[in-house]
Amino acid sequence: MGALFDRICEALAPKIGESSVAHGVLVLRIAPQALLDVVTRLKEDFRFDLFADVTAIDWLGQEPRFEVVWHFYSTMHRQRVRIKARVGEAEPAVDSLIGMYGSAHFMERECHEMYGIVFAGNPDLRPILLYEGFQGHPLRKDYPKEREQPLVPYRAGYEMPGGE
Amino acid sequence: MNTRTIPIRPESRKSAAFEYISTRKDELIGWARKFSLFPYPFVTACCGMEFMSVSSTPYDTDRFGAALPRFTPRQSDLLMVVGTVTHKQAPVLLKVWEQMCEPKWVLAFGVCATSGGFYNNYATVQGIDRILPVDVYVPGCPPRPEMVIDGIMKLQEKIAGQQHLIVNDRF
Repeated sequence: MGALFDRICEALAPKIGESSVAHGVLVLRIAPQALLDVVTRLKEDFRFDLFADVTAIDWLGQEPRFEVVWHFYSTMHRQRVRIKARVGEAEPAVDSLIGMYGSAHFMERECHEMYGIVFAGNPDLRPILLYEGFQGHPLRKDYPKEREQPLVPYRAGYEMPGGE
Repeated sequence: MNTRTIPIRPESRKSAAFEYISTRKDELIGWARKFSLFPYPFVTACCGMEFMSVSSTPYDTDRFGAALPRFTPRQSDLLMVVGTVTHKQAPVLLKVWEQMCEPKWVLAFGVCATSGGFYNNYATVQGIDRILPVDVYVPGCPPRPEMVIDGIMKLQEKIAGQQHLIVNDRF
């Protein structure tokens, strides 16, 4: 396990910032621009053939505000790699991985609706768990915790939750 | 989506004799109806396991004539909302309720359907009574089968004591 991780770090050295091993997972911190290069190398040279997840973390108050996190698994080596990239609030955009992994379509849609991360190159970022017309991104830290956006008018006697 | 079904209105009840007779007719119809509840299970979440438990042999809601789930709202008269209802599901639930023929009753099964439960966030309706009228609330996470049976019996009492809209001076 160590040898594989060392080879990855060595091969990708110019592209990655910090690297560490957390809970048996190799963690690579990269600049968002380097994403496609790094993932291409991981997939083609190191056989990370399974795209497990993409999500984001909202570090409200820090700059850059968001941290996008990808997880990859190699069914050949049985090892996992986690990639992290920071993007700012003004333009929370990273490249889409749909060219390499088909499963990226749905996972990027979910990350987009929950955190507002834009995946450049994904042509279909419609809501997948939420509904059309939902305003804001509910897993951002500044989304009001109890704000509701009902689709059905409430019955008499119940106050309709207002907008923001 | 926002249209409501129009309830059938009783025709005017004129004489005192009619009042007396129709009360007895109400009782008769109530007695018949309370033992022939056809539930439509709108099952969305983990309460569904408890629903299966309460409708199967050890607890056996068939004793109340309420065992045979109809999987179309048009054939059922008791809407059992079992589990959490999200805002995305709310139009679906309302449409199911609107498709049911009168007379119809609604039972909120579990604390999520009753009040949203411990979900208070962007996704969850804080109780289905915000979107449709509820007759019986059965709290619990999930409710014990005994509580559900108690809820059904409460509903039966309610039906037995109801004025039934099909009773008029021609019936």
